[in-house]
Amino acid sequence: MKAFTTRLLLLLAATLGPGLTQAQEPPAHAVKLYNLYCVQCHGVNRDGNGINSRDMAVKPRDHTDSKAMGDTPDDVLFKAIKGGGLAVGKSVLMPTWGGVINDDEIKEMVAYLRFVSKTTSK
Amino acid sequence: MKLRNTLLAGALALAAMPTLVSAAAGGEIIKNQCVSCHAVTKPEAGGIDRLLTRKGPDLHYAGVKFNKDWLTAWLQNPTTLRPGGVLYAHVVKPVPGGPDTIDASLVQPHLKLNAEDAAAVAEVLMSYGVDDGLVEKGAFKQAPPNAMAALLFNKLRGCASCHSGKPGAGGMSGPELYTAGARLQPDYVVEYIRNPQKFDPHVWMPKLDLNEADVQKLAGYLLTLKTGGAK
Repeated sequence: MKAFTTRLLLLLAATLGPGLTQAQEPPAHAVKLYNLYCVQCHGVNRDGNGINSRDMAVKPRDHTDSKAMGDTPDDVLFKAIKGGGLAVGKSVLMPTWGGVINDDEIKEMVAYLRFVSKTTSK
Repeated sequence: MKLRNTLLAGALALAAMPTLVSAAAGGEIIKNQCVSCHAVTKPEAGGIDRLLTRKGPDLHYAGVKFNKDWLTAWLQNPTTLRPGGVLYAHVVKPVPGGPDTIDASLVQPHLKLNAEDAAAVAEVLMSYGVDDGLVEKGAFKQAPPNAMAALLFNKLRGCASCHSGKPGAGGMSGPELYTAGARLQPDYVVEYIRNPQKFDPHVWMPKLDLNEADVQKLAGYLLTLKTGGAK
Protein backbone atom coordinates (compact mmCIF):
# COMPACT_ATOMS: atom_id res chain seq x y z
CA MET A 1 0.00 0.00 0.00
CA LYS A 2 2.78 2.31 0.96
CA ALA A 3 4.60 1.53 -2.28
CA PHE A 4 1.42 2.18 -4.21
CA THR A 5 0.93 5.56 -2.52
CA THR A 6 4.51 6.54 -3.26
CA ARG A 7 4.08 5.52 -6.89
CA LEU A 8 0.84 7.49 -7.09
CA LEU A 9 2.51 10.54 -5.62
CA LEU A 10 5.40 10.23 -8.03
CA LEU A 11 2.99 9.94 -10.91
CA LEU A 12 1.12 12.99 -9.71
CA ALA A 13 4.36 14.93 -9.33
CA ALA A 14 5.41 13.92 -12.84
CA THR A 15 2.09 15.06 -14.25
CA LEU A 16 1.80 18.32 -12.36
CA GLY A 17 5.47 19.01 -11.85
CA PRO A 18 6.35 20.91 -15.01
CA GLY A 19 3.18 22.98 -14.76
CA LEU A 20 3.88 23.83 -11.16
CA THR A 21 7.49 24.73 -11.86
CA GLN A 22 6.42 26.98 -14.70
CA ALA A 23 3.87 28.74 -12.54
CA GLN A 24 6.34 29.38 -9.75
CA GLU A 25 9.46 30.20 -11.70
CA PRO A 26 9.28 31.90 -15.06
CA PRO A 27 12.12 31.27 -17.54
CA ALA A 28 15.19 33.25 -16.48
CA HIS A 29 15.77 34.55 -20.01
CA ALA A 30 12.28 36.07 -20.20
CA VAL A 31 12.79 37.78 -16.84
CA LYS A 32 16.11 39.19 -18.04
CA LEU A 33 14.53 40.52 -21.22
CA TYR A 34 11.68 42.07 -19.27
CA ASN A 35 14.03 43.69 -16.78
CA LEU A 36 16.25 45.11 -19.51
CA TYR A 37 13.64 46.36 -21.97
CA CYS A 38 10.23 46.59 -20.34
CA VAL A 39 10.86 47.73 -16.76
CA GLN A 40 11.85 51.23 -17.92
CA CYS A 41 8.16 51.92 -18.61
CA HIS A 42 6.18 49.00 -17.19
CA GLY A 43 7.94 49.08 -13.84
CA VAL A 44 9.71 46.85 -11.35
CA ASN A 45 6.33 45.54 -10.20
CA ARG A 46 5.15 45.12 -13.82
CA ASP A 47 2.20 47.39 -13.03
CA GLY A 48 2.84 50.25 -15.48
CA ASN A 49 4.79 52.35 -12.98
CA GLY A 50 8.22 52.45 -14.63
CA ILE A 51 10.66 55.30 -14.01
CA ASN A 52 9.66 56.78 -17.36
CA SER A 53 5.92 56.63 -16.64
CA ARG A 54 5.89 59.83 -14.57
CA ASP A 55 5.75 62.22 -17.54
CA MET A 56 4.18 59.96 -20.14
CA ALA A 57 0.94 61.14 -21.76
CA VAL A 58 -0.33 57.56 -21.99
CA LYS A 59 0.34 55.35 -19.00
CA PRO A 60 2.06 52.07 -19.83
CA ARG A 61 -0.07 48.94 -19.59
CA ASP A 62 -0.36 47.32 -16.18
CA HIS A 63 0.80 43.77 -16.87
CA THR A 64 -0.61 42.54 -13.58
CA ASP A 65 -4.13 43.53 -14.66
CA SER A 66 -5.64 40.09 -15.19
CA LYS A 67 -8.83 41.47 -16.71
CA ALA A 68 -7.24 43.66 -19.39
CA MET A 69 -4.45 41.20 -20.10
CA GLY A 70 -6.88 38.29 -20.17
CA ASP A 71 -8.92 40.09 -22.79
CA THR A 72 -5.89 40.61 -25.02
CA PRO A 73 -5.12 37.73 -27.38
CA ASP A 74 -1.58 36.38 -27.78
CA ASP A 75 -1.28 37.61 -31.34
CA VAL A 76 -2.11 41.17 -30.26
CA LEU A 77 0.53 41.02 -27.52
CA PHE A 78 3.01 39.66 -30.06
CA LYS A 79 2.22 42.41 -32.56
CA ALA A 80 2.38 45.13 -29.89
CA ILE A 81 5.85 44.01 -28.83
CA LYS A 82 7.18 43.47 -32.32
CA GLY A 83 5.60 46.43 -34.12
CA GLY A 84 4.89 48.80 -31.26
CA GLY A 85 1.64 50.34 -30.04
CA LEU A 86 0.73 51.71 -33.46
CA ALA A 87 0.64 48.17 -34.89
CA VAL A 88 -2.31 47.36 -32.62
CA GLY A 89 -4.03 50.74 -32.63
CA LYS A 90 -2.44 51.86 -29.38
CA SER A 91 0.03 54.55 -28.35
CA VAL A 92 3.24 55.34 -30.22
CA LEU A 93 4.90 55.46 -26.82
CA MET A 94 5.08 51.68 -26.92
CA PRO A 95 8.00 51.36 -29.34
CA THR A 96 8.82 48.65 -31.86
CA TRP A 97 11.02 45.93 -30.37
CA GLY A 98 11.26 43.83 -33.53
CA GLY A 99 14.69 45.27 -34.27
CA VAL A 100 16.03 44.29 -30.84
CA ILE A 101 14.59 40.89 -29.96
CA ASN A 102 13.71 38.08 -32.34
CA ASP A 103 10.36 36.36 -32.85
CA ASP A 104 11.19 33.49 -30.50
CA GLU A 105 12.07 35.95 -27.75
CA ILE A 106 8.87 37.88 -28.38
CA LYS A 107 6.95 34.61 -27.96
CA GLU A 108 8.82 34.10 -24.68
CA MET A 109 7.70 37.55 -23.60
CA VAL A 110 4.08 36.79 -24.47
CA ALA A 111 4.28 33.62 -22.36
CA TYR A 112 5.91 35.59 -19.56
CA LEU A 113 3.14 38.20 -19.70
CA ARG A 114 0.66 35.37 -19.20
CA PHE A 115 2.61 34.38 -16.11
CA VAL A 116 2.77 37.95 -14.75
CA SER A 117 -0.90 38.65 -15.38
CA LYS A 118 -2.00 35.20 -14.21
CA THR A 119 -3.93 34.73 -17.42
CA THR A 120 -3.98 32.00 -20.03
CA SER A 121 -3.27 32.11 -23.74
CA LYS A 122 -6.04 33.41 -25.89
CA MET B 1 68.78 74.86 -48.30
CA LYS B 2 69.57 71.55 -46.69
CA LEU B 3 70.14 73.28 -43.36
CA ARG B 4 66.88 75.12 -43.69
CA ASN B 5 65.06 71.84 -44.36
CA THR B 6 66.68 70.25 -41.35
CA LEU B 7 65.70 73.20 -39.17
CA LEU B 8 62.18 73.12 -40.53
CA ALA B 9 61.91 69.39 -39.88
CA GLY B 10 63.21 69.94 -36.37
CA ALA B 11 60.71 72.72 -35.72
CA LEU B 12 57.87 70.56 -37.01
CA ALA B 13 58.95 67.65 -34.85
CA LEU B 14 59.06 69.93 -31.80
CA ALA B 15 55.61 71.27 -32.61
CA ALA B 16 54.24 67.74 -32.89
CA MET B 17 55.80 66.56 -29.65
CA PRO B 18 53.21 67.78 -27.15
CA THR B 19 50.57 65.77 -29.02
CA LEU B 20 52.75 62.67 -29.04
CA VAL B 21 53.55 63.05 -25.37
CA SER B 22 49.94 63.66 -24.38
CA ALA B 23 48.76 60.75 -26.52
CA ALA B 24 51.19 58.44 -24.73
CA ALA B 25 50.10 59.79 -21.36
CA GLY B 26 46.45 59.51 -22.36
CA GLY B 27 46.90 55.92 -23.45
CA GLU B 28 48.50 55.11 -20.12
CA ILE B 29 45.67 56.71 -18.13
CA ILE B 30 43.06 54.89 -20.19
CA LYS B 31 44.85 51.58 -19.61
CA ASN B 32 45.07 52.16 -15.87
CA GLN B 33 41.82 53.91 -15.09
CA CYS B 34 39.23 53.52 -17.85
CA VAL B 35 39.29 50.00 -19.25
CA SER B 36 38.10 48.35 -16.06
CA CYS B 37 34.66 49.87 -16.73
CA HIS B 38 34.65 50.84 -20.41
CA ALA B 39 35.24 48.77 -23.55
CA VAL B 40 37.79 50.65 -25.65
CA THR B 41 37.88 48.04 -28.37
CA LYS B 42 34.83 46.49 -29.97
CA PRO B 43 33.73 43.72 -27.60
CA GLU B 44 33.07 40.18 -28.67
CA ALA B 45 29.35 39.50 -28.90
CA GLY B 46 28.22 38.86 -25.37
CA GLY B 47 24.47 39.04 -25.74
CA ILE B 48 22.42 40.82 -23.14
CA ASP B 49 24.60 39.37 -20.39
CA ARG B 50 27.46 41.68 -21.33
CA LEU B 51 25.09 44.61 -21.19
CA LEU B 52 23.82 43.49 -17.81
CA THR B 53 27.30 43.21 -16.35
CA ARG B 54 29.30 46.04 -17.92
CA LYS B 55 30.21 48.87 -15.58
CA GLY B 56 30.29 51.75 -18.02
CA PRO B 57 29.17 52.65 -21.54
CA ASP B 58 31.36 51.46 -24.42
CA LEU B 59 33.99 53.91 -25.63
CA HIS B 60 35.32 52.10 -28.68
CA TYR B 61 33.53 54.59 -30.95
CA ALA B 62 34.17 57.68 -28.80
CA GLY B 63 35.97 59.38 -31.68
CA VAL B 64 32.84 59.50 -33.80
CA LYS B 65 30.53 60.19 -30.89
CA PHE B 66 31.79 63.05 -28.76
CA ASN B 67 32.77 66.63 -29.32
CA LYS B 68 36.34 66.88 -28.12
CA ASP B 69 35.91 70.16 -26.23
CA TRP B 70 32.92 68.82 -24.37
CA LEU B 71 34.75 65.59 -23.56
CA THR B 72 37.81 67.41 -22.23
CA ALA B 73 35.64 69.62 -20.02
CA TRP B 74 33.43 66.75 -18.83
CA LEU B 75 36.36 64.59 -17.78
CA GLN B 76 37.41 67.40 -15.44
CA ASN B 77 33.94 67.98 -14.11
CA PRO B 78 31.89 64.85 -14.73
CA THR B 79 28.12 65.10 -14.38
CA THR B 80 25.59 62.28 -14.36
CA LEU B 81 24.46 61.93 -17.96
CA ARG B 82 22.38 58.82 -17.32
CA PRO B 83 20.11 59.30 -14.32
CA GLY B 84 20.16 55.54 -13.75
CA GLY B 85 23.89 55.13 -14.26
CA VAL B 86 25.24 52.62 -16.75
CA LEU B 87 22.01 50.60 -16.66
CA TYR B 88 18.85 51.97 -15.09
CA ALA B 89 17.61 48.44 -14.39
CA HIS B 90 20.27 47.98 -11.69
CA VAL B 91 19.12 50.95 -9.64
CA VAL B 92 15.34 51.25 -10.00
CA LYS B 93 13.14 50.60 -7.02
CA PRO B 94 9.37 50.52 -6.76
CA VAL B 95 7.39 53.13 -4.88
CA PRO B 96 4.01 52.02 -3.58
CA GLY B 97 1.25 53.52 -5.69
CA GLY B 98 3.51 55.60 -7.91
CA PRO B 99 6.25 55.56 -10.50
CA ASP B 100 9.50 53.71 -9.72
CA THR B 101 12.43 55.84 -8.61
CA ILE B 102 16.16 55.66 -9.06
CA ASP B 103 18.18 54.89 -5.96
CA ALA B 104 20.80 57.60 -6.53
CA SER B 105 23.05 56.10 -3.86
CA LEU B 106 23.63 53.17 -6.21
CA VAL B 107 24.77 55.35 -9.11
CA GLN B 108 28.55 55.46 -9.10
CA PRO B 109 30.09 58.89 -9.68
CA HIS B 110 32.62 59.09 -12.51
CA LEU B 111 36.24 59.72 -11.61
CA LYS B 112 37.59 63.21 -12.19
CA LEU B 113 40.76 64.09 -14.11
CA ASN B 114 42.91 67.19 -13.94
CA ALA B 115 43.09 69.45 -16.97
CA GLU B 116 46.27 67.96 -18.37
CA ASP B 117 45.13 64.35 -18.00
CA ALA B 118 41.66 65.16 -19.35
CA ALA B 119 43.20 66.68 -22.47
CA ALA B 120 45.51 63.70 -22.90
CA VAL B 121 42.68 61.18 -22.49
CA ALA B 122 40.35 63.11 -24.80
CA GLU B 123 43.10 63.17 -27.41
CA VAL B 124 43.24 59.38 -27.44
CA LEU B 125 39.49 58.79 -27.11
CA MET B 126 38.92 60.94 -30.17
CA SER B 127 40.91 58.43 -32.22
CA TYR B 128 38.62 55.52 -31.30
CA GLY B 129 36.29 54.17 -33.95
CA VAL B 130 37.08 56.73 -36.61
CA ASP B 131 37.88 54.01 -39.14
CA ASP B 132 35.16 51.56 -38.15
CA GLY B 133 32.56 52.74 -40.65
CA LEU B 134 29.87 53.10 -37.98
CA VAL B 135 29.16 56.68 -38.94
CA GLU B 136 28.85 57.98 -42.47
CA LYS B 137 30.42 61.39 -42.86
CA GLY B 138 27.74 63.86 -43.85
CA ALA B 139 24.89 61.71 -42.47
CA PHE B 140 23.47 64.87 -40.92
CA LYS B 141 22.13 66.94 -43.78
CA GLN B 142 22.25 70.28 -41.96
CA ALA B 143 18.58 70.90 -42.51
CA PRO B 144 17.46 74.22 -41.00
CA PRO B 145 15.69 73.91 -37.61
CA ASN B 146 12.19 72.61 -38.12
CA ALA B 147 9.21 73.77 -36.08
CA MET B 148 7.81 70.24 -35.97
CA ALA B 149 10.96 68.75 -34.49
CA ALA B 150 10.24 69.53 -30.84
CA LEU B 151 6.79 68.02 -31.26
CA LEU B 152 8.31 64.90 -32.80
CA PHE B 153 10.71 64.61 -29.88
CA ASN B 154 8.23 65.34 -27.11
CA LYS B 155 5.11 63.66 -28.40
CA LEU B 156 4.79 62.15 -31.84
CA ARG B 157 7.80 59.85 -31.79
CA GLY B 158 7.93 59.34 -28.06
CA CYS B 159 11.64 60.19 -27.54
CA ALA B 160 10.91 62.17 -24.37
CA SER B 161 9.42 59.06 -22.79
CA CYS B 162 12.92 57.78 -22.10
CA HIS B 163 15.10 60.87 -22.56
CA SER B 164 15.09 64.20 -20.83
CA GLY B 165 14.99 67.12 -23.28
CA LYS B 166 15.12 69.69 -20.49
CA PRO B 167 16.38 69.37 -16.94
CA GLY B 168 13.84 67.79 -14.60
CA ALA B 169 11.40 66.66 -17.32
CA GLY B 170 10.99 63.57 -19.44
CA GLY B 171 12.18 60.01 -19.12
CA MET B 172 15.11 58.69 -17.16
CA SER B 173 16.12 55.35 -18.62
CA GLY B 174 18.06 56.97 -21.44
CA PRO B 175 20.85 59.54 -21.26
CA GLU B 176 19.89 63.18 -20.87
CA LEU B 177 19.60 64.95 -24.19
CA TYR B 178 19.45 68.58 -23.10
CA THR B 179 23.21 68.59 -23.45
CA ALA B 180 23.21 66.61 -26.72
CA GLY B 181 24.23 69.53 -28.92
CA ALA B 182 27.31 70.25 -26.86
CA ARG B 183 28.19 66.61 -26.30
CA LEU B 184 27.56 64.76 -29.55
CA GLN B 185 28.70 64.93 -33.15
CA PRO B 186 25.90 65.62 -35.65
CA ASP B 187 26.56 62.60 -37.89
CA TYR B 188 26.62 60.32 -34.85
CA VAL B 189 23.24 61.62 -33.66
CA VAL B 190 21.72 60.75 -37.05
CA GLU B 191 23.27 57.29 -37.21
CA TYR B 192 22.43 56.43 -33.61
CA ILE B 193 18.77 57.39 -34.05
CA ARG B 194 18.67 55.31 -37.23
CA ASN B 195 19.97 52.23 -35.48
CA PRO B 196 21.16 52.30 -31.86
CA GLN B 197 21.68 48.55 -32.01
CA LYS B 198 24.52 49.02 -34.51
CA PHE B 199 26.54 50.87 -31.88
CA ASP B 200 25.34 49.12 -28.80
CA PRO B 201 24.00 45.62 -29.56
CA HIS B 202 20.97 44.74 -27.39
CA VAL B 203 20.77 48.23 -25.87
CA TRP B 204 17.38 49.17 -24.40
CA MET B 205 16.84 51.88 -26.99
CA PRO B 206 14.78 50.28 -29.74
CA LYS B 207 15.39 50.63 -33.44
CA LEU B 208 12.43 52.74 -34.46
CA ASP B 209 10.89 52.78 -37.91
CA LEU B 210 11.50 56.47 -38.49
CA ASN B 211 11.62 57.92 -41.96
CA GLU B 212 14.69 59.85 -43.03
CA ALA B 213 12.95 63.23 -42.78
CA ASP B 214 12.06 62.55 -39.14
CA VAL B 215 15.59 61.41 -38.34
CA GLN B 216 17.04 64.60 -39.79
CA LYS B 217 14.53 66.82 -37.99
CA LEU B 218 15.11 65.07 -34.68
CA ALA B 219 18.89 65.27 -35.05
CA GLY B 220 18.64 68.95 -35.97
CA TYR B 221 16.53 69.56 -32.87
CA LEU B 222 18.80 67.63 -30.52
CA LEU B 223 21.83 69.52 -31.77
CA THR B 224 20.22 72.78 -30.63
CA LEU B 225 19.96 71.45 -27.06
CA LYS B 226 22.94 72.71 -25.11
CA THR B 227 21.49 73.59 -21.72
CA GLY B 228 23.62 73.08 -18.65
CA GLY B 229 26.17 70.29 -18.47
CA ALA B 230 29.87 70.71 -19.05
CA LYS B 231 30.81 73.72 -21.11
